Amino acid sequence: MDYIDPHIHMVSRTTDDYRTLAQMGCVAVSEPAFWAGYDRGSVDGFRDYFEQLTGFEPKRAGWYGLQHYTWLCINAKEAEDVALSREVIAMIPEFLGRPGVLGIGEIGLNKNTRNEATVFLEHVDLATRTDELILIHTPHLEDKHQGTRMILDMLTGDSRINRGRVLIDHVEEHTIRPVREAGFWAGMTLYPTSKCTPERACDMVEMYGPDQLMVNSAGDWGPSKPTAVPDFILEMRRRGHEESLIRRVVYENPLEFFGQCERFEFTPR
Amino acid sequence: MPSNRPAPQVLDEEFLIIRAKVLEVAAALDRLDRGAGELAAEPRHAKLRQAIELLLDDQPGRAERLQLLFSREYEPDWRAAMGVGREDGE
Repeated sequence: MDYIDPHIHMVSRTTDDYRTLAQMGCVAVSEPAFWAGYDRGSVDGFRDYFEQLTGFEPKRAGWYGLQHYTWLCINAKEAEDVALSREVIAMIPEFLGRPGVLGIGEIGLNKNTRNEATVFLEHVDLATRTDELILIHTPHLEDKHQGTRMILDMLTGDSRINRGRVLIDHVEEHTIRPVREAGFWAGMTLYPTSKCTPERACDMVEMYGPDQLMVNSAGDWGPSKPTAVPDFILEMRRRGHEESLIRRVVYENPLEFFGQCERFEFTPR
Repeated sequence: MPSNRPAPQVLDEEFLIIRAKVLEVAAALDRLDRGAGELAAEPRHAKLRQAIELLLDDQPGRAERLQLLFSREYEPDWRAAMGVGREDGE
């Protein structure tokens, strides 16, 4: 089955992973800007990273027929440096017009601090002023519930936000309901030890339905599995779900959400 | 969008998987018991006991309730407490 991985950090993966994704049926990936594993020291470090995301990665993906899209931001882990964050946010518009850039992301919270919230709001302000889609990271483990609720407070408190143009990622059993009830898109991330398993993602599709719901691998430099979406597809099939339902979650929903960006030019195979 | 599998079928297909997971929890608790020192004052140990008790009740939404058990508390007035911007885009 053709599928799209709407959240995967391919700069951290090998070219062989692109090949494997293509062999598994992946036809497109969307890559949010991410933490490199260390804090970058200057705005030029981000400028170089954005060059990689918008230049080399689409080329590398194209070697195997994959379409590559990306999102730009300074991530929550580096948002404690508010001055640097403001320099990066001011620089982002240099890249917003490039082909394949879908919007602002993955912004969000990590430890739910004041500085993180301040930088999150400034990213949201940029996205609303430039009419960009927004992709949001929610915190890990014990911080997820509190952080997700804080993010919802900030988004629902801003009347400029079109909720159908915002994807809130890494939802789990305790956060999917408020995200969906508020009218936002939700993403389930399949990770080996934290976040969500393919089995629990299937449970949530069964409990909440497929509307405005996606599934991703978030494959990155840590323990993660870039082919986790096919694991989800297999589990859905094992349970006897129809191909049309599976295709809706792993292919049609990402197309519908990304299709709201005028720079999203997708060619079906 | 309910599961289209009858409960007996789910049990047939998942009994060994669930059995294996329960066994992993049992073995992990035994491992804790064999370790030197006391865990009585360790809040994470108490949380694990609470979590295991939660699994045995007959109420739905165990996964959601387990997640909330392991979550920090949400404070609705966090914006005022942190002094983070006014609502409506400010």
